[in-house]
Amino acid sequence: MSLTNTSKAIELGEPEKEELKFGFIKLTDMAPIAIAYENGYFEDEGLYVTIEAQANWKVLLNGVIDGSLDGAHMLAGQPIAATMGYGTKAHIITPFSMDLNGNGITVSNAVWQKMKPNIPKMADGRPVHPIKSDSLKPVIEQLNDEGKSFKMGMVFPVSTHNYELRYWLAAGGIHPGYYAPHKGDTSGQIDADALLSVTPPPQMPSTMEAGTIHGYCVGEPWNQQAVFKNIGVPVVTDYEIWKNNPEKVFGITAEFAEKYPNTTIRLTRALIRAAKWLDDNNNANRPAAVKILSQSNYVGADYDVIANSMTGTFEYEKGDKRPVPDFNVFFRYNATYPYYSDAIWYLTQMRRWGQISEDKSDQWYRELAAKVYRPDIYELAAKSLIADELIPASQFPNFATETGFKQPQQHFIDDIIYDGSKPNAYLEKFAIGLKKGEKL
Amino acid sequence: MLSTLKKVLGRSAKAMLLPLFGITVFLLLWSISAQNINTSLGVFPGPNAVVKQFSVLINEHINEREKAEAFYQRQEKRNAAKLKKNPDYVVKARAYTGKETFLDQILTSLFTVVSGFLLAAIIAIPLGIWMGLSKRLNNAINPLVQVFKPVSPLAWLPLVTMVVSALYVSDDPMMSKSFLTSMITVSLCSLWPMVINTSIGVSSIDSDLVNVSKVLRLPAFTHIQKIVLPAAIPMIFTGMRLSFGVAWMVLIAAEMLAQNPGLGKFVWDEFQNGSSDSLARIMAAVIVIGFIGFLLDRAMLQLQRKVSWDKASV
Repeated sequence: MSLTNTSKAIELGEPEKEELKFGFIKLTDMAPIAIAYENGYFEDEGLYVTIEAQANWKVLLNGVIDGSLDGAHMLAGQPIAATMGYGTKAHIITPFSMDLNGNGITVSNAVWQKMKPNIPKMADGRPVHPIKSDSLKPVIEQLNDEGKSFKMGMVFPVSTHNYELRYWLAAGGIHPGYYAPHKGDTSGQIDADALLSVTPPPQMPSTMEAGTIHGYCVGEPWNQQAVFKNIGVPVVTDYEIWKNNPEKVFGITAEFAEKYPNTTIRLTRALIRAAKWLDDNNNANRPAAVKILSQSNYVGADYDVIANSMTGTFEYEKGDKRPVPDFNVFFRYNATYPYYSDAIWYLTQMRRWGQISEDKSDQWYRELAAKVYRPDIYELAAKSLIADELIPASQFPNFATETGFKQPQQHFIDDIIYDGSKPNAYLEKFAIGLKKGEKL
Repeated sequence: MLSTLKKVLGRSAKAMLLPLFGITVFLLLWSISAQNINTSLGVFPGPNAVVKQFSVLINEHINEREKAEAFYQRQEKRNAAKLKKNPDYVVKARAYTGKETFLDQILTSLFTVVSGFLLAAIIAIPLGIWMGLSKRLNNAINPLVQVFKPVSPLAWLPLVTMVVSALYVSDDPMMSKSFLTSMITVSLCSLWPMVINTSIGVSSIDSDLVNVSKVLRLPAFTHIQKIVLPAAIPMIFTGMRLSFGVAWMVLIAAEMLAQNPGLGKFVWDEFQNGSSDSLARIMAAVIVIGFIGFLLDRAMLQLQRKVSWDKASV
């Protein structure tokens, strides 16, 4: 599907399917979908889109698979795991990566009080960020001595949050537990120091308040909600765990993309335009976006709660508000381009924690990533936007030379460098995690 | 003349006074206790906050209607442009794609509950009559009814959802899947009280009446029409009223769990929003749900009065 002639305007056909229904979870990173609707970008493409909040990630995934949803805001791991056959098997693809960063890890006030003395202070008395999980380790050990287990929530077994939380915990020497699907163990708590379990995002604060979990990893606004409600303290953002990490994607079935190619390109166009609008002029449109997101049919939380993170700041402890200009990135740094190396990172973490129970070759990682991440569709959409003079070519990656692999990335909290072209070598670098040849 | 007026006034005052008293005390207690319940979403909403949310909800409805109007105009324009470019283009009018307002959700729920209930009645009443008439059939089916009756409606929901998804496949569906799952779940749960009450009502008809029918050698259908139905109607209606109440409760729960459109979804969405207005909006929905449940029951009662020949029995 490669395009050789870029100078000529691409004539886009009419959409084959005009009435579409998209699902989402109440999180600020669903913004591109809401904006594409509210700003009329979907309608510009001749698409009549209905947007519907879903109860949890499982319901959303099933909706896309059984066709009651045409597409959805998805966890990056969902299309990858589904295509691989972990959990529910279905071939889901993504032509559009929705954002970078946007998550945080929050612990309850009680845990925070015990963690705080272990954290170095700055001159003004505030804790030094990023906070590493080694300050949490003694708290867990103390709990274990009392015969209690330390529990944390994440949103789905193959969620970004699960891997981020595990990454952060493991970087500080806390074992988050292995999965062993070949033995039927999908709880992910083998050898665990911290027990991780699934809680739907909007229920995180109330579950922690009820004492069922000691902390959680979730997207916004549910970390800031804990601060506003005074029930917990976000200790670290995913931006600090891995600077500019890929987050949600927009997922559709491969069947949909094949059956409705024009519709697929058109919806991708609308989403790219929305993402660009969100980041335009140095986030100038963010307050307007927050206003839309705070409507009850989208995220629905109070304006102030959503604005806290969406407008480039993040409030850690109550009153400790710090600038994190890239907390939510929707378009900058080629955020919308579906990089194979992003997919491969998720696959490495699935292998690291045993969701992929056996060794796979580098080639296997590459092939699976190419099955799910579809920069070819993105490219068609982007080129037609360039041809329509809606977005200049300079705002996109250089398609002639783009390989789909980012340069080796640093800026991880444990200073390990990630090279997407060598997943097996990357896995060897971790102190905690499955190694070559290891099978539980 | 004056004295009768006074009497009527006095009587209605008495009839009004106690309920009014009850409501006032309730509002007072609610108001006071609400102020003392601090949730993480703020203070529990009192009557004032709820009344305010009612007007917000109505305003939202009006705004959404305006947006819908604009949507239709844009659509018309777009269709006209398409038609100009391609005369063979088949113009298709699409329904508004925006959000469902509170009022829309009420209508959706009402429509679903009535459809589900009617579907159940169509199955349950003939089945109940047949079971009442035939001892053998009764013996055969009764154990099943007894086992299924206590099943929580929500246990059916996952099964219904999966079956509907598997069987109801169409590119241009007449009804949405979510409507079908809600409706069938409602039907499954409102079947049993109707079946049981109808069969008991039919089997316990006065033996004199049955004997008369036997003497007259009434054909089976006439026997049902002239003897069975009139005699069993009070019991059938009791079953229907029970069922309708169950149906309404089940529907809201099913909508909450499955996120199917309706009042239940409204409540769940608000709970998930975690906005500072959420609790007041949920409370508003709770009041509406209760009030509609009450009205539905009244409506059934009126219907029963109309249909039943023995006016004294209801």
